Amino acid sequence: MKPLIVILSLTVLAMGPVSLQAAGPSVPLDRVAVDVTDQAALQRGARLYFNYCIGCHSVQYMRYNRVGRDLGLTENQVIESMIFTTDEEGELTGPGALITNAMTPEYGEEAFGVEPPDLTLVARVRGEDWLYTFLRSFYLDDARPLGVNNVVYENVGMPNPLWELQGWQEKQVGTNGEARLRVVEAGSMSGPEYDRAIRDLVTFLSYLGEPMQIERQRIGMYVLAFLFVFLGLAYLLKKEYWKDVH
Amino acid sequence: MAGNTADKIQGGVLGWVDARFPLSQLWNEHLAQYHAPKNFNFWYYFGSLALLVLVIQIVTGIFLTMFFKPDAELAFASVEYIMRDVEWGWLIRYMHSTGASFFFVVVYLHMFRALLYGSYKKPRELIWIFGVLIYIVLMAEAFAGYLLPWGQMSYWGAQVIVNLFATIPYIGPDLVTWIRGDFLLSDATLTRFFALHVIALPLVLLLLIVAHIIALHEVGSNNPDGVEIKANKDENGVPRDGIRFHPYYTVKDLVGVGVFLIAFFAVVFFAPEMGGLFLKPANMIPADPLVTPDLIPPVWYFTSFYSVLRAVPDPFLGVVAMGAAVGILFFVPWIDRNPVKSIRYRSSAHKLNLAVFVVTFVFLGYLGLQQVTALYGELTLRFAVMYFLFFWLLWFHSKERSAVFTLVSFVLLVGIYSFYDYTRFDPANAQLLLTAWLLPTAYLFVTMVVPLFARSLGRDRPVPERVTA
Repeated sequence: MKPLIVILSLTVLAMGPVSLQAAGPSVPLDRVAVDVTDQAALQRGARLYFNYCIGCHSVQYMRYNRVGRDLGLTENQVIESMIFTTDEEGELTGPGALITNAMTPEYGEEAFGVEPPDLTLVARVRGEDWLYTFLRSFYLDDARPLGVNNVVYENVGMPNPLWELQGWQEKQVGTNGEARLRVVEAGSMSGPEYDRAIRDLVTFLSYLGEPMQIERQRIGMYVLAFLFVFLGLAYLLKKEYWKDVH
Repeated sequence: MAGNTADKIQGGVLGWVDARFPLSQLWNEHLAQYHAPKNFNFWYYFGSLALLVLVIQIVTGIFLTMFFKPDAELAFASVEYIMRDVEWGWLIRYMHSTGASFFFVVVYLHMFRALLYGSYKKPRELIWIFGVLIYIVLMAEAFAGYLLPWGQMSYWGAQVIVNLFATIPYIGPDLVTWIRGDFLLSDATLTRFFALHVIALPLVLLLLIVAHIIALHEVGSNNPDGVEIKANKDENGVPRDGIRFHPYYTVKDLVGVGVFLIAFFAVVFFAPEMGGLFLKPANMIPADPLVTPDLIPPVWYFTSFYSVLRAVPDPFLGVVAMGAAVGILFFVPWIDRNPVKSIRYRSSAHKLNLAVFVVTFVFLGYLGLQQVTALYGELTLRFAVMYFLFFWLLWFHSKERSAVFTLVSFVLLVGIYSFYDYTRFDPANAQLLLTAWLLPTAYLFVTMVVPLFARSLGRDRPVPERVTA
């Protein structure tokens, strides 16, 4: 039935890459290559996250000590640099707890018009390119309540928490009618420095989305290697048994 | 001497058991003395592989049940707990989610094998019917399971499917409330879907699979030549073209298991989301009854039938069409009345028909994942028509038809959908409509009318007495 197999595979190939993302953003996304094995990048990303993001965005499916273990941090480092909340008795939250924050949904809604979402899985929902572009695409817009808008996520409730680093951008319309962003007030980082910082942050978010992804691929290699050996042996066994079938 | 004692004990224990339970008899009837045709090819791996996936799903499912919380408030977090905090939980969960998709891959290939070699034909009609029932229960099982992670796609996908019942006249809305157990999809729905997914449907599935295999072993397996091996037995009553299932096919299937597991674990370890086909990005957001996602496509294994639903403008008729698209499978043994079983000895027209069916089914599946546009909507309609035309042609090719019957039925069929096109004709869309009209028309023309002029294309070939090597 070779022709049928050929037709089947051609049909699948003819359909090309399947696009399953829901209606995408209006601007083309900048591509970013993140390396979740790069522990230094993960640590820099975590530092940004715990200095700038955690106040609004919890990571409620992850535990502090898991992040610490995976990023090569000691328990003291975790306690000192990541934990800013207390438990019901007023004691500092323990390192084995889930990463939450003090923001209540009501407060978030009052401040931003929408509850700031949990970001544990955001890299799996939006994709790394989207996050990388989004975090670099805030611009000044007087029409918005907080004076900031974003070209990737039009009328987003979120202000730019990283403005100290990036500075402020303005939106200009390019020669072909496309939106172009230009820094009008410099921050503490240069453009390339800021891009690298965001790449680190996206690396950390990617790690948060699937903390076992490195381990998964490492174990996968061993499993596949074993299965190829198994297949070879199974094939030889089959050949041996089938010698007497004519 | 030691060996001698061991034999004695073994024989003794076995004898003791056999006197009380037909263990050896079952072993012999279903494995060691069950004679299967010696010419099974690639397509015959998928039955045993389906059993393997079933075992994977049951075992991983048991472990998931230990940690999953069937509660709308806790379900989503408990899945992430499994992914992060439970030892090897991520592996168990990815095996289960990947297993669901692979189950359908394997089952679709298994069903296609039956179409290739006429395995549903007398005396195997009941095997086929049990098989279709298994397929339907499997769809229900997959659907119930998909709700459990309580993500956005779980929630809204279930919303869409459950609401299909609302299109039934008179009882629809009440029926939907009864299914949900609430006025909207809620915790009550989650808990009952959990009960269905972990116990009710798996029990039915197991019973049907047992019936499927008992029926198969009663009449014996078909084979790529469609020759009945039982028609040619040696002096001991053993089919000359049969070989014992064990050890021959157990070791052969082991090779299939090896290849399958390599593909399976390649996905589990390196692409568990399969680019959004197996696990959708939107399902990483907890269910929110107030936010409807932009696009709610079902999981890939449902999308062919979902397309048939979308092809019909009227919702209730769409549901009927979708139901018919699945239900018609029950009648295949009586639709295809051609005595020649295997496609090897069927006419070129039939071969083409089956090839077009594969393309149709795959395209319907692809279209079901997409946002409806003018082009996609039109293509969906044409492919949905072609889906049903396949079964007409399956019947039509049961024997050589006269020129008059061929031409009259051809004109009638083309006339029916052309009339529908006439009623919805819009000059703005004329070009698209007319071009798309060519799809089913060319399909019918080539498989029905062309063989009138090139008789050899419509003629079946003689079936050999014995299986070919």
